[in-house]
Amino acid sequence: MSIKQLSIYLENKPGKLAEALRYIKEGGINIRALSLADTSEFGILRLITSDLEKAEELLSQKTVVKSTDVIAVKVDDRSGGLSEILDVLEKAEINIDYMYAFTARLNSAYAVLRVSDCALAEEVLHESGIATLKGRDLMNLLDRED
Amino acid sequence: MSNYYQQEIETASRDEIIRIQNEKLVKQVRHVYDKVPYYRNLMDQKGVKPEDIKTIEDIHKLPFLSKSDLRDAYPYGLLGTDLGNCVRIQSTSGTTGRRVVAFYTQGDVDLWEECCARAIMAVGGTNEDVVQVAYGYGLFTGGAGLHGGSHKVGSLTLPMSSGNTERQIQFMMDLGATILCATPSYAAYLGESLAERGYKPEDNKLKAGIFGAEPWTEEMRRSIEKSLGIKAYDIYGLTEISGPGVAFECEEQKGMHINEDHFYAEVIDPDTEEVLPEGSVGELVFTCLDKEAFPLLRYRTRDICVLTREKCSCGRTHVRMSKPKGRSDDMLIIRGVNVFPSQIETVLLNQGYAPNYQIEVDRKNNTDTLDVYVEFPTEMFSDKVSDVQKKEAALEAAMRSMLGIGAKVHLVLPKTITRSEGKAVRVIDKRKLHD
Repeated sequence: MSIKQLSIYLENKPGKLAEALRYIKEGGINIRALSLADTSEFGILRLITSDLEKAEELLSQKTVVKSTDVIAVKVDDRSGGLSEILDVLEKAEINIDYMYAFTARLNSAYAVLRVSDCALAEEVLHESGIATLKGRDLMNLLDRED
Repeated sequence: MSNYYQQEIETASRDEIIRIQNEKLVKQVRHVYDKVPYYRNLMDQKGVKPEDIKTIEDIHKLPFLSKSDLRDAYPYGLLGTDLGNCVRIQSTSGTTGRRVVAFYTQGDVDLWEECCARAIMAVGGTNEDVVQVAYGYGLFTGGAGLHGGSHKVGSLTLPMSSGNTERQIQFMMDLGATILCATPSYAAYLGESLAERGYKPEDNKLKAGIFGAEPWTEEMRRSIEKSLGIKAYDIYGLTEISGPGVAFECEEQKGMHINEDHFYAEVIDPDTEEVLPEGSVGELVFTCLDKEAFPLLRYRTRDICVLTREKCSCGRTHVRMSKPKGRSDDMLIIRGVNVFPSQIETVLLNQGYAPNYQIEVDRKNNTDTLDVYVEFPTEMFSDKVSDVQKKEAALEAAMRSMLGIGAKVHLVLPKTITRSEGKAVRVIDKRKLHD
């Protein structure tokens, strides 16, 4: 099962990132993972947060936000850990639009992948014995660390 | 089907129209010279005497009037008859500068209402129709003009005035209104309000709408036609010249016939004041050929449009004007190209954006720059950079094709561009600051 990510449109002006993060803070929402895509004209802030529904509702009143399905996989802490995951996707001709990574605890890293076909990606990963995280798994996993 | 109110004059030959114009102009210039000292001074300054005006061809010899003359002559300086002969005033909304106050004799009111009657009959109105007048009543000419026109046609007139949407809908549905007169934005709002209450376009009895008094686009026309299940017609007018009905659309919906037996139209270059040939884009100038109380001659409307005398299949022979493309004082010259904010608005509506935008013009390294700030609707946003860039590129391509020059589009957050309460600041021209 895929997990939900929030994407926030940022104008390329000083203070716009801080403003978006202030809304999240005001809602008492915790950021689990983030990445920022930037162009010369605008940025897109992508977040995985606690209480995603509340976060989306809150942000949608203030800014341009969209929720998207992404997949999260655990990456073994060894040489080739990520490469093997990407090999599986390549064989299935699944395109990766973007990805970012985060660590949850010592020696465990996770990759968040936005792919052309979420369901197919999960299917081929599972067939290769690679587990993907469910929304709840991810939250529990991260919550335990708090 | 006879859909003329005054068929003889509406379909008169060109020769006949010119004959009427010649006769009326000569008489009117003499009258104004005698009765309006303000205009007599302008003519004297230009060295023109009433006897120099022998035919309509001589009109170019007369001095122009502009909004600033109306301000200078406020309130009685341009009055063309004794106050005892006047029965009414109407006034503009007065958003810029001092209000314009226009006077009417009973003859002026009749003439104006007849023009509105021509407009109502041109969209298929008869004495069997129920005309819902949802323009504002009062000083504004919208309500008064169409109300009077509807009376002249003999239609059942619903003097609703604007606002009170609940009551508008109740009367529209209960009394079976067949023709709606309103501003296009209010017509669009009524369409949405009907849908919200569960009415389908075919549930109302409306067949046509007469919409004017504010700029609207072909896209708005199509959307109103769809939401109300009607044909939507444009009407043009201004308080200074009389009110709505100076020009109106026929069933062809291809420009508005100017009632040129009363209002003679010219198109001029706004900078040189030179009269331009038929088909040229320029500022519209009107001369009231037979109004008595407020007989403006060569009044510069500041509306930019094109005139055509091409034959119209409706049978009317009166010259047609295009929908105003913008105001001469809104026109921006960017890299030598004429740009109107309304063109940018059309592109935005075509591409599914709200018409909330701001235009910023500047000059960098001796080249004009054009930046357009557009509110980014949430439903168009994507988490992928390339998708957002494609949206920007599509808007920029459409702007280039519409304007003939490139514009840089900036997508900004919704509700960050100041909303129009009164008049929105659409254009920031920083070039003026440097001069």
